[in-house]
Amino acid sequence: MHKRTRPQPKAPRESGTRTADALVRAGSFFTRAEVSDDLRTVHRTGGRGAEAFYRDRWSHDKVVYSTHGVNCTGSCRWKVYVKDGIITWETQATDYPSVGPDRPEYEPRGCPRGASFSWYSYSPTRVRYPHVRGELLTMYREAKARLNDPVLAWADIQGDPERRRAYQKARGKGGLVRASWEEAVEIVAAAHVHTIKEHGPDRVAGFSPIPAMSMASHAAGARFHSLIGAPMLSFYDWYADLPVASPQVFGDQTDVPESGDWWDAAYLMMWGSNVPVTRTPDAHWMTEARYRGQKVVTVSPDFADNTKFADEWMHPHPGTDGALALAMGHVILKEFFVERQTPFFTDYVRTYTDLPFLVSLKETDEGLVPHKFVTAADLGEDTENARWKTVLIDDVTGEPTVPNGTLGHRWGSTPEWNLDLGEVVPRLTLLGSGESAEVVLPRFEGTSEDAPGVMRRGVPVRRIGGRPVTTVYDLMLAQYGVGRAGLPGDWPTSYEDAASPGTPGWQESITSVPAAQVARVAREFAETAEKSGGRCMILMGAGTNHWFHSETIYRAFLALLTLTGCQGRNGGGWGHYVGQEKCRPVTGWATLASASDWTRPPRHMIGAGWFYLHTDQWRYDTLPTEALASPLGDGRFEGMTGADCLAASARMGWMPSYPTFDRNPLELGEAEDPVRYVVDELKAGRLGFAGEDPDAPRNWPRVLNVWRANLLGSSSKGNEYFLKHLLGTHSNLPDDGPRCAPRDVAWRPEDVEGKLDLLLSMDFRMTSTTLLSDVVLPAATWYEKHDLSSTDMHPFLHAFTPAVDPPWQARSDYDAFRALAERFGELAGEHLGVRRDVVATALQHDTPGGEMAQPGGIALDWSKGECEPVPGRTMYNLTVVERDYGAVGEKFAALGPLVDELGVTTKAVTYDVAEEVAYLGEKNGRVRAGVAAGRPRLDTAQHACEAILSLSGTSNGRLATQGFETLERRTGQPMAHLAAEAEGKRITFADTQARPVPVITSPEWSGSESGGRRYTAFTVNTEHLKPWHTLTGRQHFFLDHDWIHEVGEALPVYKPPLDMHRLYGEPELGATDGKQVAVRYLTPHNKWAIHSQYQDNLYMMTLGRGGQTIWMSPRDADAIGVADNDWIEAVNRNGVVTARAIVSHKMPAGTVYMNHAQERTVGVPKTEKTGRRGGIHNSLTRIMLKPTHLVGGYAQLTWAFNYLGPTGNQRDEVTVIRRRDQEVQY
Amino acid sequence: MRVMAQIAMVMNLDKCIGCHTCSVTCKQAWTNRQGTEYVWFNNVETLPGQGYPRRWEDQEKWRGGWERTRSGTLRLRAGSRLKRLGNIFANPELPGIDDYYQPWTYEYKNLIDAPAGDDLPVARPVSSLTGEPLDTIEWGPNWDDNLGGAPRNAPRDPIVEKIRDEVGERIRFEFEQSFMFYLPRVCEHCLNPACVSSCPSGAMYKREEDGIVLVDQDDCRGWRMCVTGCPYKKVYFNHSTGKAEKCTFCFPRIEVGLPTVCSETCVGRMRYLGVMLYDADKVTEAASVEDEHDLYPSQLGCFLDPHDPAVVAAAKASGITHEWIEAARRSPVYDLIATYQVALPLHPEYRTMPMVWYVPPLSPVVEAVAASGHDGEDAGNLFGAIDALRIPVEYLAELLTAGDTVPVEAVLHRMAAMRAYMRRVNLGEERDESIAAAVGLTGPELEDLFRLLAIAKYEDRY
Repeated sequence: MHKRTRPQPKAPRESGTRTADALVRAGSFFTRAEVSDDLRTVHRTGGRGAEAFYRDRWSHDKVVYSTHGVNCTGSCRWKVYVKDGIITWETQATDYPSVGPDRPEYEPRGCPRGASFSWYSYSPTRVRYPHVRGELLTMYREAKARLNDPVLAWADIQGDPERRRAYQKARGKGGLVRASWEEAVEIVAAAHVHTIKEHGPDRVAGFSPIPAMSMASHAAGARFHSLIGAPMLSFYDWYADLPVASPQVFGDQTDVPESGDWWDAAYLMMWGSNVPVTRTPDAHWMTEARYRGQKVVTVSPDFADNTKFADEWMHPHPGTDGALALAMGHVILKEFFVERQTPFFTDYVRTYTDLPFLVSLKETDEGLVPHKFVTAADLGEDTENARWKTVLIDDVTGEPTVPNGTLGHRWGSTPEWNLDLGEVVPRLTLLGSGESAEVVLPRFEGTSEDAPGVMRRGVPVRRIGGRPVTTVYDLMLAQYGVGRAGLPGDWPTSYEDAASPGTPGWQESITSVPAAQVARVAREFAETAEKSGGRCMILMGAGTNHWFHSETIYRAFLALLTLTGCQGRNGGGWGHYVGQEKCRPVTGWATLASASDWTRPPRHMIGAGWFYLHTDQWRYDTLPTEALASPLGDGRFEGMTGADCLAASARMGWMPSYPTFDRNPLELGEAEDPVRYVVDELKAGRLGFAGEDPDAPRNWPRVLNVWRANLLGSSSKGNEYFLKHLLGTHSNLPDDGPRCAPRDVAWRPEDVEGKLDLLLSMDFRMTSTTLLSDVVLPAATWYEKHDLSSTDMHPFLHAFTPAVDPPWQARSDYDAFRALAERFGELAGEHLGVRRDVVATALQHDTPGGEMAQPGGIALDWSKGECEPVPGRTMYNLTVVERDYGAVGEKFAALGPLVDELGVTTKAVTYDVAEEVAYLGEKNGRVRAGVAAGRPRLDTAQHACEAILSLSGTSNGRLATQGFETLERRTGQPMAHLAAEAEGKRITFADTQARPVPVITSPEWSGSESGGRRYTAFTVNTEHLKPWHTLTGRQHFFLDHDWIHEVGEALPVYKPPLDMHRLYGEPELGATDGKQVAVRYLTPHNKWAIHSQYQDNLYMMTLGRGGQTIWMSPRDADAIGVADNDWIEAVNRNGVVTARAIVSHKMPAGTVYMNHAQERTVGVPKTEKTGRRGGIHNSLTRIMLKPTHLVGGYAQLTWAFNYLGPTGNQRDEVTVIRRRDQEVQY
Repeated sequence: MRVMAQIAMVMNLDKCIGCHTCSVTCKQAWTNRQGTEYVWFNNVETLPGQGYPRRWEDQEKWRGGWERTRSGTLRLRAGSRLKRLGNIFANPELPGIDDYYQPWTYEYKNLIDAPAGDDLPVARPVSSLTGEPLDTIEWGPNWDDNLGGAPRNAPRDPIVEKIRDEVGERIRFEFEQSFMFYLPRVCEHCLNPACVSSCPSGAMYKREEDGIVLVDQDDCRGWRMCVTGCPYKKVYFNHSTGKAEKCTFCFPRIEVGLPTVCSETCVGRMRYLGVMLYDADKVTEAASVEDEHDLYPSQLGCFLDPHDPAVVAAAKASGITHEWIEAARRSPVYDLIATYQVALPLHPEYRTMPMVWYVPPLSPVVEAVAASGHDGEDAGNLFGAIDALRIPVEYLAELLTAGDTVPVEAVLHRMAAMRAYMRRVNLGEERDESIAAAVGLTGPELEDLFRLLAIAKYEDRY
């Protein structure tokens, strides 16, 4: 506001004659007001004492800056108002550093959900005290009184199947009782000690997602798990938010523009990304950029919120987006590469993509098929890493050559890992080389039994070592159906040709989007990219990323951006905004979270793999893996099921698997040479993988700890399977579903119920997870603790700061885990002592051993005699780790010595942190005695935050510079200048509390913020010639791993949503008998919640419809006689949901939306079908593993935590909807 | 000329993302108390839809605002003061709680206290007024959100009913024809407030210094005539205190130089606050013009140019301080309303002279043009396309200009021209003055408008 208001006194006047008017006039005399001549208004200056009411209401004692640790990627800074020691409300902070005079600012960031957060502080659903399941507590007290030892007491209960099942069956049915912190922690600690002793540390697991949303809180629990040797479960892939295309194409987990860079885009497509709802604080960049003339296109099956802003709206049938993108690619390749050359595009793809690289063609019964990248070894060269150096044709010499920058260079001894082409000009096409050949390519569209089929198209070839080869570019033109004169094969006759895959007409037959619109949008997209220097951006979201075949959709999107030179540009590239929250100070966080300052390596597990096995969803997965295969495949999935693929992946060292073996790894550690022992035992068949017999009691997980998460009310895809098998309580699962018949994995006829001995959760509100837990610890809210927050969406680090102390008996996650670690250490000293643990880890991305383990992506299974089991090559790495279990509490609270010896490492750049350790010793103080004597203290969350900031390049300029110097030595390219401006800058925790602080450009990420620039991914690659972390060192269109060929995804390809009717026997879409209708069941994010958070918040429930809802089209509603707000039930083979219908014409017919993570804790009645409480959105879903997500040991297709792994996709699901009895019971 | 100063607001509906953050921050700050459970000083409506309270725009029923008598004077639509006095104990034109919604809560404590049973505990919905179970929640303050229930409810949107004959099939609640926009609403702090005139107790007033309309919490006797009188239904009855309450324009914040809560917390960055100078002597006449289409220009005519030396002199003479005059000169609200004329009043036909104005939404343009076979990127075509917008111009006109489509089209032309002009700048092409000239502006003026609407720094919004 410009000015302060000052009262301007005026004299009252008189007017009017009638009685009532006189009354008004009289009133005005009494109140010193001015009544207008015609009595239409009253101005008042004095007599306004009553205004004090509202002034008092507004007054407050202090304002504290904090944020919300919720999985939304907002990382918004909020002002929390406190009056009389009570939090009153919150409003957004506006103190973000400016992003420059010529663009909008980040202020204010926030959304209605965040604005309602303070409601939780004192809400009736607040968890105020520790709670324990009543039955369990009684048993524990009895056993402890008898045995006088907590661990023995726990063992006593677990040793008695009857008592164990009794409290398991009571899970989720009320009856939680209060306990003291001491007792609750003791029970939990005893359970851990017993489990490690009896079953092994890999039988404990931790689940806590998204470190960036509160790094210290995450790291605290992860650190505890890492110290005891328990796996942490991944979440990004489990949530299906991980775009598998990203590791495939970029060799990077995810790296995207900050939202401020949307402003730089000249063309913005929002593709399955409903920005106003899911990126509420960032949406303004889009609305504002329109005023710069940015064109906005939305692609969404419904009239989504963002469509309000769009110049064009394309609404393909759900899940068919890949076909639309391929058709756009067809237009771009035809008009901008073949009919005319666009130097801006061709220069780009020559330098930064694999398009010029050579691929061999293999003769099969069907004809020639694309096979493997040609390497230096194929040229007969005997150079270093020759099998890892890919080959292209130099246009200058016309000869095959190995350019700099390939994976072989990355791990070579000379600084040639760069994209400097020198004199080499990569040749894109072999056209004109005189020879051509017909290749056979798979196609998957069409729903009939006889599909999939093949298509035959020609490519120019030449011969190397007698074998035909062509370029990726030539294969791309064949795949996209862009013909050229003189090539054999079947080609489209026009854009309208619907029979020939790739054309706009072909996609129209699949998506319903008019061919002409697709051609127009594609043309505009490419024209804008050319004119603007690559400033076209696609924001892609869960709408296109949660499908079984999402990576095929994404690869088709990425192709559009990469062909048009938009990746690695401000204002251009992919904006994958799905659960990608970026922990910017990643190195420091990872060090603390994995406790790599004390022991290495940690156990990190693929979440979806863990849940798939241990909730027994694998038993119901009747999909034969070979149903996914290409007609041109080798039949390598014959007889296999999802569980078989997972087991094969574990055997070959691709994906981690915990529990790993069918024995306690501490027992394996007792051998003289444990590594050799394990290999021998495996070879001899005496030692098995736990995943090969997941239902054997010795292979069950026993303890699951959940914090910062509501697993069972939100992300638990296949929720009912969790309840029945993992927890052993009631479920809405039908008993009689079909079961699978695995090939390799052991089959047990009896279903197993109740694998977990203990489910622990920490939360500040009651959720499905807490209600189902055995022990619930009361957590501090986000306004009651210290922590750090960051996101992709903006470039700032900022802090949580407590506005009040945790009320009642709540504690921060950090303090809770510290208490647990201490008590665990006390009990473990006696029961466990010092042990040797054999840790099996998957072949690891960004390591030479992992990325170069399996040349050519040739899948060899030692258990089938295809090769020898060699740790770190054809199977897991095996490491013997010494664990001093009695010292866990001490180690938790101090920064260990391994960081001094080994440094800290991110993306293969190792940082020497000796100075930082010394600094932290001074800043945090040092431990005086014990195993951590002399080490910097990590006893509080503030100290942990200080360590995170200090040990990361993004927050410590010295490390950023050091890291770039390391990269300079590897690449021979100057880069250190990127961080030079900040070399002396060290961001402290106090800095982040005072104001959001911009991060420092660091090799931990792929873009640059130098000079106040907006962050976007891969500018270090495009501008400083650092290769991508891929086989060729470039962005990949082509993938040549055996398993990827097997499913026909070597090139971008269209794969339709899974046919749930054919594969799982669900009703056909659209089938209706007037009582029920079969529909596609999608679960997009909710406007009134962030996952399940806020779904119980009274404000959000009031602005929504106050309970679970399902959006339906009028046509589907009419088909079954449903009116708006009628109660309905959604039922499929996985479970049942009861909800009210929201009938709206914004919905396309044939598809319903049940917004994601609508909890069953509030306003959910019993179902008509089972008479039990209705489920959550994930009660109708189930995990289906895609085998290509399980590959590893090969270049960018090598595992890292949350980088690659099977996704918990859920979007291909269908359900029937029926109107239910309108009288509901709670 | 009698110069008065008023704090006014402009909301750019073209940027509103419908997130309702404004509603929540407002409710948390002001109305999360007993007696105000159902009260949202600030709410956001999805249009087309019935709104909150239901069909509030139906003045045939609610009889809010003013009407012009045959003799050309204004009278409250609800009837004479005497009639109001006669009905003081049984106001017939008062929305009932179900017209707003039955506020509810849940039995949350059951989640913690549930004894061991046989199913997952749940918090059952109950009325927060009576505590009785509310097993099926039937209506809420935002029931229409994002076209939810629109096929059933939106045909009863009073504007849709009104223009049904005119627009015919162009408003169909079918997938391909979908359109929507959001309308955030607060008290209009009118120049001619019907609520103030309706109050038999003289408890309502418009603050002399800044025009904020308030209910005196000491003097209010709870007659609720103001609830009827306000055509926007933005005065509420606190059933606990028995007094009327309404949006205060956050005067305790305004007085210390802070924007209103709803403005500062708007993540769409679409709210502007500023000082408007107006000629108090003109208000009655302006509100009484015969043709409703003249109400927008006549209100515009009440506003005074703060750059005009005569106005400045008169303002000083009226006791307005130098700081306020300076504030009026830098007022983004003045620029949007008067300089660029892109903001329009909400339902001027209520004749209350509202002071919260709106920039109408520019719904998809290029698609509509392209569908007609033209090149959507061509600036010339943008203007032709305004008629083909997803949101019918007639709808916006009923909302903002008493049905006159001409001013709405003019605004949309200006917005479209700004985009076309700036696209050339964005792509490094030459500036095309003809685009600006076509909407009666110069290039630099369009660039200033662009800065105001797009860059919209904090200090430029408030």
